[in-house]
Order: sequence, then C-alpha cells, then structure tokens
Amino acid sequence: MKNHLLCALCATFVTAAGAGAQTVAITGGTVYPVSGAPIQNGTVLIRDGKIVAVGADVAVPANAQRVDATGKIVTPGLIDAATQLGLVEIGGEPTTRDANARGTDGVAASFRSWDGLNSESVFWTPARNEGVTSVVVAPGGGLIAGQASVVDLVNATAAQMIRRAPVAMVAQINNPRGAQTGARGELIGKLRTLLEDVKFYQAHRADYDRSAARSLTATRADLEAMIPVVEGRLPLAIDADRVDDIQGALRLAKEFNLKIIIVGGAEAWLAANDLAAAHVPVIAGAMNNIPNSFQTLNQRQENLGILSKAGVSVAIIGNNGDGDEELFNVRNVKYEAGNAVAYGMTHDAALRALTLTPAELFGVADHVGSLQVGRDANVVVWSGDPFEFSTRVEHVYIHGQEVMSPSRQDMLTQRYKTLPPKYETHP
Amino acid sequence: MRTTSLFLLCVVGVACAQTPAPRTAPSPSGNATAASASTAPRDSAGRPGMGALSLPNANPFPSTYVPFPSRTTLIRNATIMTAAGPTMQNASILLRDGKIVAVGTSVTAPADAVVIDGTGKYVTPGIIDVHSHLGLYAAPGGGGLNDGNEATNPNTSNVWAEHSVWPQDPQFPRILAGGVTTVQILPGSANLFGGRSAILKVVPSRTVQGMKFPGAKYGLKMACGENPKRVYASRGPSTRMGNVAGYRAAYIQAAEYRRKWDEWNANHKGAPPTRDLGQETLAEVLRGDVLVQMHCYRADEMAQMLDIAKEFGFKVRAFHHSVEAYKIADLLRENGTGAAMWADWGGFKEEAMDGIRANIALVDAAGVKAMIHSDDPSGAQRLNQEVAKAMYAGRAAGINVTEDMAIKWMTINPAWALDLDTRIGSLETGKDADVVLWSGDPFSVYSKAEKVWIDGAMLFNRDDPAQNWRTDFDLGFVNGGAR
Repeated sequence: MKNHLLCALCATFVTAAGAGAQTVAITGGTVYPVSGAPIQNGTVLIRDGKIVAVGADVAVPANAQRVDATGKIVTPGLIDAATQLGLVEIGGEPTTRDANARGTDGVAASFRSWDGLNSESVFWTPARNEGVTSVVVAPGGGLIAGQASVVDLVNATAAQMIRRAPVAMVAQINNPRGAQTGARGELIGKLRTLLEDVKFYQAHRADYDRSAARSLTATRADLEAMIPVVEGRLPLAIDADRVDDIQGALRLAKEFNLKIIIVGGAEAWLAANDLAAAHVPVIAGAMNNIPNSFQTLNQRQENLGILSKAGVSVAIIGNNGDGDEELFNVRNVKYEAGNAVAYGMTHDAALRALTLTPAELFGVADHVGSLQVGRDANVVVWSGDPFEFSTRVEHVYIHGQEVMSPSRQDMLTQRYKTLPPKYETHP
Repeated sequence: MRTTSLFLLCVVGVACAQTPAPRTAPSPSGNATAASASTAPRDSAGRPGMGALSLPNANPFPSTYVPFPSRTTLIRNATIMTAAGPTMQNASILLRDGKIVAVGTSVTAPADAVVIDGTGKYVTPGIIDVHSHLGLYAAPGGGGLNDGNEATNPNTSNVWAEHSVWPQDPQFPRILAGGVTTVQILPGSANLFGGRSAILKVVPSRTVQGMKFPGAKYGLKMACGENPKRVYASRGPSTRMGNVAGYRAAYIQAAEYRRKWDEWNANHKGAPPTRDLGQETLAEVLRGDVLVQMHCYRADEMAQMLDIAKEFGFKVRAFHHSVEAYKIADLLRENGTGAAMWADWGGFKEEAMDGIRANIALVDAAGVKAMIHSDDPSGAQRLNQEVAKAMYAGRAAGINVTEDMAIKWMTINPAWALDLDTRIGSLETGKDADVVLWSGDPFSVYSKAEKVWIDGAMLFNRDDPAQNWRTDFDLGFVNGGAR
C-alpha cells in the first residue's frame, strides 16, 4: 500500500508544462547528442516539445521555424546535479532558507524538499539564460537531510517545474556533529541502525501499528521514506569527502545492497578503482585543491579526470567558492567543466558529466540529457565551445520553447548603464 | 638536489650569502628601505619610523624580505600583455637582477640569459589580489587557525593583520600557482574598523616579516553594512545609522589624538601623549599614510562613506565587495576612489542582491580604477578566469572592453589601490620583475600559469613540480594534493 504510494511519487510529474506546438529546425551546427558521436552540419528537429529528428540528413518541414546554427555548437540543456537553487534565495536571510529540515535526531528522511520549492526565485532566469535547463535540488543538514528532486527551469508553477521526485535520499557522513553524533564511527553506527530499523519496520509494520514492535530509532514517516532506499530503488546520495569515509560508504552499500552516489568526493580519486568496481558514481566540482579541512587534505583538481579515466560515472557540480553565492552562479557549472578539462578530463566526458550522466543517475535519462528522438526538446545553441568564457548562449529551448528572457541582473544593468539612472516618474 | 637545499636555505628570509644584494639598501634608520623612502612609514613629524619607541607610526615589524636568487631570463616569441599599452605579438621580455630591463619585439638575449620559448604562450604582470584572508583563515581551518576577525569590539583599529598571518598556510603556494605575486591580507569584516592590512609577496618564508612588501603602505580595513550590525546586534551598533555614528565618533577622537601628537612633535613640551595603537592607525589615515580599504556593498552606503571621508579629510582608497559600484560609478570617479569587485558573486545576503556581472566593466567605463578581488582562496587561484567572465559580460552589455583594458583589472589597477603602481602591476622597464607565463590566452578557461617570477626569481614552474614550494603543512599531511 505504502509502496504503491511511493511509486506514484516516483512517477514523472510533468509532461505538458510549456510544451510547444511549433516545429523548430536548428540547422547547420555541430550537434553533440552526447548519446552518440558529434554530427557536423547537423539538424535538430523539434515538434510539440519533443525532439523528432537528429542527424545530418534531416528533412526540414516547410512549416518549421529555421534556426541557423552554422558555425555554432548544439548540445542538450545542461543539468546541475546538486544545488539548493529554489530552496534558498538569500543565504543570509533565514526566512528564505528552506533547504534544511529540523528532522528528528538528525534524520529527516520524510522531508520532501520540493514541497518548499520557490518557483519565483530570481536566480532561475540567469541559470536558464546560460544553458542550464534542469537541476537536481537537494536538501542539506543532519545525517539524513531528506529527499531531492529533478527540477526543470521552465517558467511555470512549482508543481510543473518538478520533473521527478524523489530522485534521491540525501545523507552526509562528513560531519559527525551535524549528524547529532560525536564521532565518525558513531555516525556510521547510527546510519547502520537506521537502515536495520527500516528493514525491521518493513517486515513488522502490522506489529508496529499495534505498538507491538520493538522501539525504532526513527519516526514512522522517516522509516517509510527510507524503504525505497533499503530496497535499492532510490539512490542514497552520500556527502563524503575523506577517502576512508568514501570506502566506508562503499562497505555500507555492499552490506545493505544500497544504490549509492558519492557527493563532494574530495578524495574520491584515491578510491577510483574501488568506486569503478562497485559502479558507484561521484558528483563533484572541479576547482577544489585546497586542504581546507582535515577530511579534504588530498583534494586536487585532477579528481574528476582520474575518476573518469578509471571508469567511474561522474557528474560535475558548481561549488567553487563553496558558499551561498553558488545559487547565484548555477550558470557557472559550465566553467567548472572547463576547469575539469584543463585538469585532465576529456571534453566529451565533461559534457556528458553535465548532461546525460546526471540524467541517468537520477532516473530522467529517458526525458533529458541527450539529443535523441523522443526526448524532451531541452536544447542549447552556443556560439562556440560551451565551456569557454568567450562563448555566448544564443538559444535555449526547454520542452521546445525558447526560454531566454531578461533577468533581474539584466534589468539592473540596463537601468544603470547610463548615470544617473532614469527612475520611472509621471512628468 | 644541491640546488634545492640552497634554494631552501634562502627561503627563510634572512640574509643569504648566495643571494644577490637586496634591491635596495637599508635606510639609515635601518628599518625601512631606501627605494621606498617616499612611501615608507614616517612619524607625524615626517621622520622615518623609529621602531618601537613611544612615537606614532613607527615601523616596529620591518620587512625582512629579500628577493630569491634569480637568473637573467629572456622569454621570447610570446604574446605580451603589458597592462601599460597594447598587447605585443611575437615579443620578448628580459628580466635581470629582479627588474624588467626590456620589453618589446627587438630584445636580444644577453649571453648569460636563460631563454624561454614563449611560442603560443602569453606573458602578463604578476596578478595582485587586494582582498585576501590567506594566513588569517589558513587551511585546514578549524578554531586553531581562525584568526581573521577580532570580533570583540566594533573598533579594533589597533590590530594588525600581519600578527595573525600564518606563513605556512598551504593556500599561499596555490595562489602563486594561479599567478598571484602580491596580496593584501585584510582582517575580516565583523568590525567597523577591522585593523591594519598586510601587503605580502607570495613567497615562502618562516616569518611574515619575510613576506612583507618592503615599503608598502598599510591599509586600514573598514566595513559597512550588514556584517558589523549583525555581529554587534546585542551590544551595538545594531543598525546602519549606528555604524555611521561609530565611524564618526572614532574619527573625532583620532583627529584629537593626531592634534596632540602633532603639537608635541612640534615643541616636545612635557611628556608625550599616551600612545594608543588604534588612534595611531586612524591618525595615519587622516595624514594620508594609511589607505582606507573599505568593505561596502551598497551604493547608498558608499555615497555616505564618501561624505564621512570628506567630513574628516581622508580618502577611501577603494571600496571592496562593491557589488553596487556600478550604481555610483560617477561618484567614485569624482572622489578618486577605486572599486574592487568580484566578477559575479551576489545574492548571498540582502546587501548582495544587486550584483551584476557587468559591474567591473561599467565602473571602468566610467573612469574609475576598477579591479577584481577574490576574498576567497579558491577564486584567488583563478582571478584570470574571473576577469574573463567580467570582460565578456561587459561586452555583452554593450561596453567595448578590450583584453588590454581587462588585464589592468588584475594588475596595474590593484597595484594602484595599494599605492604600488610605480613598482609593480605592469611590464615596463625598471619595474619589479613579477611576471607570469601562461600556457595560452589568460582569458581562456583552459589556460594555466606555467611559470611565475617574483623579483626575477622563478618561484613556480608547473613543469617541475618537485621543485615547487610546499609549505610545512603540505609535508606529510598532504600526500597527493598536486596543484
């Protein structure tokens, strides 16, 4: 019963938001489908919000709106695999922070972070204008932070923006104190106890409801929410940086048959072969090389390149600066990828790490992340290399709709470009 | 191997027999360098600083920096961005005895010169970061290294950043690897008056004195807005008007302190006034010898600070974190005040909501000394990338920003903010040989600093990692943390 409910939640929420009836043909560009080899002088044909043809020999219908991409690059829309965009607006203003649940003793598994999604955030537009079409919105804090969702950057209601939810359960093993424990070993013990309790609960639900079960460490709502995790259906995205913590997560995953994703992964390169063998993906930034805590002593910019070459599935996130300014700069995730390339990742791998890989990790690859027939028409036309500062974004389509629009920052720029500014008056 | 040992011996910042003579002879007083006579700290009677006597503005912690051993070096066939004129193609630059001795297309290599082929590569001045907390919030962090904010009183103009700097902060060699050669270390922004800044060469040293830029003026960190009022919410100031009352009260006192000392210095009648470290610093601001470096986000607050500066007769040298500088670029120009900015930070607090990426370009276009700054050990490693974002954003906003203009945002303009623009910040004959060789266009995401020279000495070489600077902390703790 409860399982059915959860499966209903797993279903894709949106199919129709912003779907356009128009036919658009993007022609002449170098098309990077990501799911296949680049196509010179390729065409991407979009109809009713979907991609209906991709290739070098695509017949363009007479009624199609033609977009000339000659000399330009065409890619799937970018996907940032971990952000709090939409949950936090102004980091310093607590009334706009909805990313961290209070939970119960460090556990907030039942926290559906997207229930607080802010569709009116002014930071969607700059991200969208620079080629980001989907993001994974993740909660933070505690031991179990709560549930993440995939959000499309459409200009629509929050419900319409949520592409799929939940897509992951978010946990952290970096910070024992944050998990309401006093030591790393205690933290892992607490996590193990929780997982055992979830399994016990699952097997003794009727006893639990009669108050005839032994006491359990989490609330009923949190135990329920963890069931798909122990069943290996919902990934447990674990924030872990230190190599020993990453190895610990791998052991726990094996012990409980969990599907896990390592997030942060500062020292993941030291466990690259083990991660590859266990088919555990890593989500990380590419600009970290400072031993800025005792659990990140060995972080280096070659991390993603090493992991990628070892066969680990990687997704790139923007965390340069590591602060709330990240929300302002989800748009910069493409430069994070450029830095990954500068430090050893191939360009193809870096593009995949911003598109198809995150789509696969979070169960939306049938819809987004590549340019294939039948996929949602989330497409970006770039003036050049997507990772270069000199490149401009020329077109962004989500569900086949052109979505570029002036951001608040654009409006401020226009207002103050000539000083003094001309404020509105009624002369 | 022997070379390494020799090199390390010279790291310590004390006189090293093998090192060339320092660029400048010690001044007669023995604690300031002659080349900096015009800028060296002086007491209120105009004499060079007298050390730890009961005189204001002495120089009790003199620089012991000595340039590292250098070889005459010619980089040729490179694209050279001088920050003093148009980019030169297929050009050469000659470094000798710590100085730039020639730049151009017809420079020949002396017989003893190390010749480096710069084909396909770019040369720029060393990057200058005017807003850093390196050494104050040293890696790996934690309470033991939390030395950036003396948040015990809204006015701590008595503290000096150099007394918190940990020279073994592993972040120093990492910013060097990003091409940063001079850095201003500022106290944090908890206080209205945070304390004196330290201007440092990014070099290995046992002591902070061994990093101090000889003859550089001190800065005074001041802060506007949200941070002080948040930190002191319970004891005050708790509002922006409280902040302003705090600045004014402090300068009223400082003016009085200065008057007493000026009077005593003129006639030496009676006992000298009692020294007060905080008042000394503010009095030196009023005398123009300490440069105000002020954290201020909002346009309206910057405008008020410019009025306060006029009320007391000092200058704000530069506003830092000035995310709204573009709204008052005309006022900044009229007041001769510079603006140090991020490329695109914003949104993280209410006073940062209006950050725009075209900020630096708009401010520059208005005729203001505009510059990038990091405030961040990660961003400091890629100020070239930050400038690239700001440059292209300016072009997108319709401003004709050339690379020759943008290069100044991380070189000669920050040098100006430190009043060091006659010594560093551009590639011109006679200037200090602080030079970066880039693998390609510094405004490409794929380019890296390959080699970095400070005073003509190669202190970073990406091709020879074994010889690159590792701090004490890097030893053993950090096994694989290649940069």
